[in-house]
Amino acid sequence: MRPFTYERAADAASAVKSAAGTPNAKFIAGGTNLLDLMKLEIEHPAHLIDVGRLPLADIEETPEGGLRIGAMATNSHVAADARVRARYPVLTQAIVSGGSGQLRNKATTGGNLLQRTRCAYFYDTTKPCNKRAPGSGCGALEGLNRNSAIFGASHACIATHPSDMAVALTALGATVETLSPSGRARAFPILELHRLPGETPDVETHLIPGELITAVVVPPPPTGGQVYRKVRDRASYAGGLVSVAVAGGNLALGAVAHKPWRATDAEAALKAGASPAEAIGRELEAASENGRNGFKIDLISRLVPAAIAEAREQGRGA
Amino acid sequence: MKTTITVNGQARALDLDPRTTLLDALREHLRLTGSKKGCDHGQCGACTVLVNGVRINSCLSLAVMHDGDKVTTIEGVGTVDKLAPIQTAFLAEDAFQCGYCTPGQICSALGMLAEVADNWPSQETADLTGRIKLTDDELRERMSGNICRCSAYPQIVAAIRSVAGEVA
Repeated sequence: MRPFTYERAADAASAVKSAAGTPNAKFIAGGTNLLDLMKLEIEHPAHLIDVGRLPLADIEETPEGGLRIGAMATNSHVAADARVRARYPVLTQAIVSGGSGQLRNKATTGGNLLQRTRCAYFYDTTKPCNKRAPGSGCGALEGLNRNSAIFGASHACIATHPSDMAVALTALGATVETLSPSGRARAFPILELHRLPGETPDVETHLIPGELITAVVVPPPPTGGQVYRKVRDRASYAGGLVSVAVAGGNLALGAVAHKPWRATDAEAALKAGASPAEAIGRELEAASENGRNGFKIDLISRLVPAAIAEAREQGRGA
Repeated sequence: MKTTITVNGQARALDLDPRTTLLDALREHLRLTGSKKGCDHGQCGACTVLVNGVRINSCLSLAVMHDGDKVTTIEGVGTVDKLAPIQTAFLAEDAFQCGYCTPGQICSALGMLAEVADNWPSQETADLTGRIKLTDDELRERMSGNICRCSAYPQIVAAIRSVAGEVA
């Protein structure tokens, strides 16, 4: 690990000011992803601002009938919250399918959204990676790309976003709340948080430098069942090969793109009366493969109709 | 950086390079070598300790982030003369071979049983609104963050199960 200075933020306002005013500063909360990457010297911040103890860990009801989940709420606490379990089971299912108990106890809501790809070329500092070393090339394009993106990739990067939680939040139509260094608070749909790789895969979000995620707000639960299904190489404690979150008529896919992938074409087809198989087929018209990740297309075409059927069954039972 | 951490009930004042992980602070600075460094990347669970009663990977946390926290390591769970029930259970069930993962397994099991007592769900939990029943599938899933290279898993499950009755 390279040397850095450390401060514990007194409040959110001073945290964002410090982040904007210090070169190469980063927030740390749980640190489970950041410290891993710092040990490998993939991340090398000069200054860490510890926001983990800011009073942003509460989960509270919104006037609209949704929930505001503080950015510092741990994954375990969100998954275990009685309101989340009763009204947003897809969110609990997604969270508990990710990482291990130890990691979920440490990882926060904000940090989970900002975790970085598990692409093997991003992690291997001896290999080219435009995300880690812009301009060096993409080793995955013609390499070991079994777990690479099938939607929205570019010639510069075919990495995927690893979060399960974010897939459920995307299906639920969540809103992200932030505080910027100027003191301005803003809120925007979670779909506008992450970027597609394009020519600059090193720039992963639309956050401005020093901007801090303060909360995630889920709207009132949609009508219909909710299901999270994840396929992976091991039964537990493994990243997804593909995953799907169904929340009423909303669909989001995981481990298939540089961001949680809202399957809007499939949603529109379902709304127009298409069968689940036809609907996901419509979405997959935009999919592309790189040699070893083509199986994801088949997997998605089977997994999604099964998940939709399960959600509809649930919806009927409710 | 000045950091005070209460370890196994004792306040310990440390002056640390901010890069020091909680695991290295425990092992190298406080000479509590029960917590083990396996992968040092949060994948094996050998470094698992309880922080304010909650299990975490001590290798993926900076010691300076734990100023004021209460940490329990295997040395605080029991001693050679006074083993905790779960330690006795690991002996009785032969739940280890080389023993390297054992401190992490035991700390993780204690944290896991507290999570079950608090009714936290896992991916094996079919009914999210009901009371958790600690089946073997639940137990295995909840312990998946602890790897045993000797593959003593059946005995580890048996050892944890033998003390689980009291809390789950």
